[in-house]
Amino acid sequence: MDDNSMGDKKRISRRKLLAGAATAATVALIRTVSGQTVHAAVGAKAATPGAATPGAATPGAATGRATGIPGDPTKKPGVPPGKLGTRSSFEHLVKKPSDTSSRSPLQDFYGSITPSDLHYERSHNGVPAIDPEKYELLIHGMVERPMVFTLRDLKRFPALSRICFLECSGNFRTGKETLTPQDICGLTSQSEWTGVMLSTLFREVGVSPKASWFLAEGSDSAVLTRSIPVSKGWEDAMIVYAQNGEAVRPEQGYPARLLLPGWEGNANVKWIRRIELSDQPFMTREETSKYTYPIKDGKIRQFSFVMDARSMITFPAYPVQLEKGWVEIRGIAWSGWGKISKVEVSTDAGRSWYPAQLQEPVLDKAHTVFRLLWRWDGQETEILSRATDETGYIQPTLNQLIAARGEDMGGYHLNPVTAWRIRKDGAVLFVPENRK
Amino acid sequence: MGRLRRYTFLTAAVVVILLLISGSQRHGGGWAPATDTTGWPASFGFGRTATLQEITAMDISIRPDGRGLPPGSGTAATGQAIYAIKCAACHGKTGTEGPYARLVGPMGDTTKAKTIGNYWPYATTIFDYTRRAMPYNAPGSLSDAEVYSLTAFLLAANKIIDSSAVVDAQSLPRVKMPAHDLYVPDDRRGGPEVR
Repeated sequence: MDDNSMGDKKRISRRKLLAGAATAATVALIRTVSGQTVHAAVGAKAATPGAATPGAATPGAATGRATGIPGDPTKKPGVPPGKLGTRSSFEHLVKKPSDTSSRSPLQDFYGSITPSDLHYERSHNGVPAIDPEKYELLIHGMVERPMVFTLRDLKRFPALSRICFLECSGNFRTGKETLTPQDICGLTSQSEWTGVMLSTLFREVGVSPKASWFLAEGSDSAVLTRSIPVSKGWEDAMIVYAQNGEAVRPEQGYPARLLLPGWEGNANVKWIRRIELSDQPFMTREETSKYTYPIKDGKIRQFSFVMDARSMITFPAYPVQLEKGWVEIRGIAWSGWGKISKVEVSTDAGRSWYPAQLQEPVLDKAHTVFRLLWRWDGQETEILSRATDETGYIQPTLNQLIAARGEDMGGYHLNPVTAWRIRKDGAVLFVPENRK
Repeated sequence: MGRLRRYTFLTAAVVVILLLISGSQRHGGGWAPATDTTGWPASFGFGRTATLQEITAMDISIRPDGRGLPPGSGTAATGQAIYAIKCAACHGKTGTEGPYARLVGPMGDTTKAKTIGNYWPYATTIFDYTRRAMPYNAPGSLSDAEVYSLTAFLLAANKIIDSSAVVDAQSLPRVKMPAHDLYVPDDRRGGPEVR
């Protein structure tokens, strides 16, 4: 008898045992379509992971107290090892989709990495299906050697991983008290990205020193295009094919996308198929009629790439019901210009500010977790956070942004300090700003 | 001998890169771009040379100076007929009604919407975008002649060109858009000033 057959025998008997247990305790081990075996209450709605109805979950709350979960888990054999991990059937994290985008549940996250299936989405005509075997990236224009790279080719080049945030430049909502962090600014997420530096590919094709811009084009049905300064390509742009340790998700650009650390999401062209080097921008629809905004004197600001520093308290936040006593105020801060150097928190509606603790390591152009311990005395107050980055930029108020850009500044690149009102009864509500 | 030397060189380069990365981590988690190409070959030899044919097939972008515009032409009258069939359902009968993006609204119109007439800085963008991405339910299905005609119709509806004008590769880049001079490059540079 070798080890294998021994193992088989063990497994069979274990399975039998488990089946018996399930019958007895009304807990079944359900094999899902993807081949996963999970604990699930018989007849419970949330039996299959991923089948949770969007919108059905209450943010931040552990809903779905399934019936049939044994009172004492030490008295029943558990689920045997499987091919894929699962999210606990008690956890119902979901993105919040609209027709054009889907928002990350910032209030439900711990730490700074966004689980890949909860990364925010923004696309301009849906997520394309692309066969990685047929994928090709063409680089041409002002280069010595126009070249085509397959996905395999891209993976053969020296690779690099970095953690950075992505953010849609239209990432600010206000107007009512009952908004969650996800509603207000859920169009930002963070991943560890792996790929090849664009500078490596620029060397390979021999980019002309006279080239000053490049066009990046996606292979979605919007065939989305943006013009990017070549300097960003030499500095820190990447073509990434992996996200958090596995292939980039389709919603994030599978099989490969452009990554421009710190720059507005739209310019980080997903599903990238073509790069054309040029000596001028192409003035595509996305960089003219969209992703531009009115500033003072009737002018329109264009090529506004970098995301300014920002912070957001994600706890306590609507719809949390706060209890009197010790509260750790938590949130994230980030800047497209570099590292976050300071986050200040006010617990008295902005009269005084205290430095929050920053979670190390503080990374360049990355979501940085901050925390401040506070004792709530049960009186009504407002809590706010304010980020400062290493360039000395201090996150402005909405009024400061209006003073700088004018009343008609539109909806792009708004990063105002936001406040949560805590009522005596413990209700936490967003403090909406009144804008025309 | 040569191979051995190259191997030693590569190993040294890897060590240098590793040292750089670990060094930056020691100093507060900063990240050093992998610009140190010491020991890299001039070319890795991955990928293949693109043929002119495949570049031509894929290169659909149009520049503001007109480079990339294909042969052919169109007029507003022809464009209006195509618009009624393929565009009006989303953009409205006259380009003002929606439900999606309002396209028509000449400069000085009371509309708050950003239209081709009051916001788009280059006429070439209309051709480029319409050809690559429209109609929304059948992207990339329009012929070059159809796109020229739709471009002519939209420019005429926004009172930018005469309704009898012929739009082609020569005339389109010469169209001066009303909003062109309003555009300024981003002047934010980081630092304490809010802009």
